[in-house]
Amino acid sequence: MTLDLADVRHAAALAHIALDEDELADLAGELAGILAHIGRIGELNLADVPPTAHALDLVNVLAEDLPRPSLPRDLLLANAPDATADGFRVPPIGA
Amino acid sequence: MSVPAGWEAVIGLEIHVQLATRTKMFCRCENGTGSGGEPNTRVCPICSAQPGALPSPNRAAVERTIAVGLALGSEIAEHAIFHRKNYFYPDCPKAYQISQFDQPLCVGGQLAVPLADGDHVVRFERVHLEEDAAKTVHEGGEGGRVAGSSGAVVDFNRCGTPLMEMVTRPDLRSAEEASRFASFLRQTIVALGVSECDMENGSLRVDANVSVRRPGEDGFRAKAELKNMNSFSFLERGIARELRRQAEIYEGGGEVETQTLHYDPAADELTVLRSKELAHDYRYFPEPDLVPIEPAAELLERLRGELPELPGTRIRRFERELGLPFAQAADLNGTRELADYFEQVVASSGDAKASANWVLNEFSAHLNEQRLTVPESPVAPASLAGLIALIADGTVGSAGAKQVFAGLVAGEGGGDARAIVEARGLGQIADSGALAALVAQVVADHPEQAAEFRAGKGALIGFFVGQVMKASGGRAEPKLVQQLIRDALA
Amino acid sequence: MTDRTTLSVEQMARGIAAREFSRVELAQDHLARIEAESDLGCFLHVDGERVLARAETLDQAGGSGLSGIPIVFKDNLCTQGVPTTAGSRVLEGYRPPYSATVVERCEAAGLVAIGKANMDEFAMGSSNENSAYGVVRNPWDRTRVPGGSSGGPAASVAAGLAPLALGTDTGGSIRQPAALCGVVGMKPTYGVVSRYGVIAFASSLDQVGPFARSVRDCALALSVIAGADDYDTTCVGLPEPVSLPEREDLRGVTIGALAMDGIEGVEPGVRAAYEASLGVARELGANVTEATLEFSLTPHALAAYYLIAPAEASANLARYDGVRYGLRADGGDVFEMFDKTRGAGFGREVKRRCLIGAYALSAGYYDALYGQAQRVRTLIRRDFEKAFAGCDMVVSPTSPSVAFELGARSSDPLAMYACDLFTLPGNLAGLPGLSIPCGLSEGLPVGLQLLGPAFSENRLLAAGHALEQALAFAPLGASR
Repeated sequence: MTLDLADVRHAAALAHIALDEDELADLAGELAGILAHIGRIGELNLADVPPTAHALDLVNVLAEDLPRPSLPRDLLLANAPDATADGFRVPPIGA
Repeated sequence: MSVPAGWEAVIGLEIHVQLATRTKMFCRCENGTGSGGEPNTRVCPICSAQPGALPSPNRAAVERTIAVGLALGSEIAEHAIFHRKNYFYPDCPKAYQISQFDQPLCVGGQLAVPLADGDHVVRFERVHLEEDAAKTVHEGGEGGRVAGSSGAVVDFNRCGTPLMEMVTRPDLRSAEEASRFASFLRQTIVALGVSECDMENGSLRVDANVSVRRPGEDGFRAKAELKNMNSFSFLERGIARELRRQAEIYEGGGEVETQTLHYDPAADELTVLRSKELAHDYRYFPEPDLVPIEPAAELLERLRGELPELPGTRIRRFERELGLPFAQAADLNGTRELADYFEQVVASSGDAKASANWVLNEFSAHLNEQRLTVPESPVAPASLAGLIALIADGTVGSAGAKQVFAGLVAGEGGGDARAIVEARGLGQIADSGALAALVAQVVADHPEQAAEFRAGKGALIGFFVGQVMKASGGRAEPKLVQQLIRDALA
Repeated sequence: MTDRTTLSVEQMARGIAAREFSRVELAQDHLARIEAESDLGCFLHVDGERVLARAETLDQAGGSGLSGIPIVFKDNLCTQGVPTTAGSRVLEGYRPPYSATVVERCEAAGLVAIGKANMDEFAMGSSNENSAYGVVRNPWDRTRVPGGSSGGPAASVAAGLAPLALGTDTGGSIRQPAALCGVVGMKPTYGVVSRYGVIAFASSLDQVGPFARSVRDCALALSVIAGADDYDTTCVGLPEPVSLPEREDLRGVTIGALAMDGIEGVEPGVRAAYEASLGVARELGANVTEATLEFSLTPHALAAYYLIAPAEASANLARYDGVRYGLRADGGDVFEMFDKTRGAGFGREVKRRCLIGAYALSAGYYDALYGQAQRVRTLIRRDFEKAFAGCDMVVSPTSPSVAFELGARSSDPLAMYACDLFTLPGNLAGLPGLSIPCGLSEGLPVGLQLLGPAFSENRLLAAGHALEQALAFAPLGASR
């Protein structure tokens, strides 16, 4: 399994991480090396082996539909990089 | 029909329903459907995606979704799991939505829309459970539009509301069918008691996948996804507009593109929605913070037992057992409350036909005029049944009955129709002695007509009856009056 | 007078109960040590006044048990109102509006939170060199790494800055630094300790666990934090309470020892200390047999880990978008803001893993990478099921090497990933693992790992205690 600069660019776009060209090139090299190792996992014939998503064999853990207090709004907004009186301000969506 | 000539429409719907649970899907903040309260006051570490917060699924939401699946005859999964659907957007604080992917709670199923000449069956692909997004309000810009705005403010009250997604198969063949189906589906979900299904406030949202093909053609052509049409009539008009657009493109030698469109009802125009960046690659994977759901047989049995009679079944029963015409049976099932009310009236009155007429006419008009729901009406089913009985035994005539009903609406007589008849003096005059005097007077007052009648102009009987009714204040028993007139003019 | 910072938790508790010293004095001693050892880089946040105020309150309340015992929290445990960064620039200045369940349990037990410890950014690393806030130095040799990702907690306990610490372990992040710093560290069975309020790295692997200078102290800390939690649906707690280990022999215990032949990269000194420990186990009456793990030590197991963990991390770390908390970079529109915030806020290793994760989950690669990794995970579980049919626990070195020089592996991600060879199968299978110091190699501590079946914590602690007593490992600063 190989990985090129375009793959890294695509992954960075999916992950929403801005990378400058140098960083992109460095990462492409590193990731290609890592993928050369871990990508070999694809060669195993495991068609008969079921996947494990979780080590625990738990099912049906559900919460009762009973309200609990929400956060005070000032506490919720306290960490916001840009808060209005009652919400979180973000730059324009889809300029 | 809305389908352009020479084309067949292929339409499937994706319906999102906010479930009316007390708390959100994955946290125990109050569910803000409908009145959401002040912005950002129904928000906790979980639904604002603070670092380290974990989801815990709402049992009521899971059970309601399964109940809907049972009502549609879906196969309820033996093993259902949640997936993470990854995308970045300011209304999605974790940058993934917890949703379901290839192992949803309910698979398949169908809803039969009852029509006068049979059922129209629409099949479902699946019904699954997920969480709603936050609301973003654009600041500045013209009319709150995205373009030119200086930014947006995010309110997380709605974020995490339980959302049931229902996906139909592409079984719908016209815009009218689609809208009729959506409306009946709404009626069914409301009857199940799982959601308010209010399109205006967004607790019911309908998207449509629309394509056209030539009749007889196999397979499907490229489809457009029409988003968030917030009324059934907009849904119908939007689909009709899109069907025309696609037919015109093909007829002009072009190709339809797969895209997401927004319908502007004011302009009857479709605009392309900016695609959420890279939205085509959601990187679904099993949600590691949650464990699988394996509904037990006992749970399914309980939920099945709790299902109310659904509108479709009930409409057919009203036709079959009560002998009502389809239109009345359907109208009575407009809401579960109205149908319940009607059945209570029938149970007391024993007269389905009269009960249907009264419930659909006077009673419904009264609800509309006073903007009341069925349970809010002061007219108890037994009271209306009492009135129907008074009509049947001739105590009141139709004019008098309307006045009695007005009395019931006004809360007179303690809800006893007979008491109102007595108090208002509305009883029908069926005493031949009293009526004979009135008849004699009317005949005396109209000698010319009396002569004409006697000379053979039988149609004048109506004139005389009318005069007597008028003279009696509408209370005279019409059949008896007719007899007395014939006797008097014999 | 003995330096109180070298005492065991039990000794501290007895000293407080006997009024030999107050909780405030105990806190003062530890704050002084923290000050004196500030060059270790263990802490990201210490609020001395707050610590003393808390100790004072507890002194007045006069609780018993662990009341007044200092504890360090790894900085990925949310502490309400107290800065919590997970070692990342992207969370600089973040003060959580809530506390992790484990933090609340410690508070309820009367423990005194003494500070937030340094760590590899978002727990991604095996050397603590990936912290955005500087390295942590190994107190045994300050030119060397303490291990990671819980480098700060491990080094704090080793250096006497606190008798207890809580860390998190996703692929070895408690056990490996415990080994490299010569302290005891335990990763409980997945589901024993709540993850609520624990800044997630890889949700299906993460587990909180204690660091201590003795197995008994470790058991005490575990007893505080273990237990089911409504806020974590994957948390069930322990089937029986934690019991303080007493026995000093291993009679009736079958130990499955992993053979080191054919395993690359195990340092001779590490192997020697490990094999000597097996001899000690035999002397204590243990039946020592050879355990084989067919799949769990192969490159495919490492690959499965380095696909599953980044895949989950790529989603877990997607919430750092500059909207609700933490760093925000300027952007013309919201998507540019996301990109720049995350580009500026994340360090190299975090970026690497987020990209691998996004790639492994992306259309066209899911089946060959992430899907395949989940199948390998099944093979690893089966490996252990087979092994535990013949023994009570599987033992191995915790880490193939002792603490390495700062910078030695930081440019070679694959060499760094090899640090987790023996530890990460336990995470993939969800099993409990205990690391105890078992000797020295080149003057540096070597860790012995005991891996048991799910929920066998008490058995591991009992065996660890017996071995600890016989091995008589001298902790750092014992003579201080």
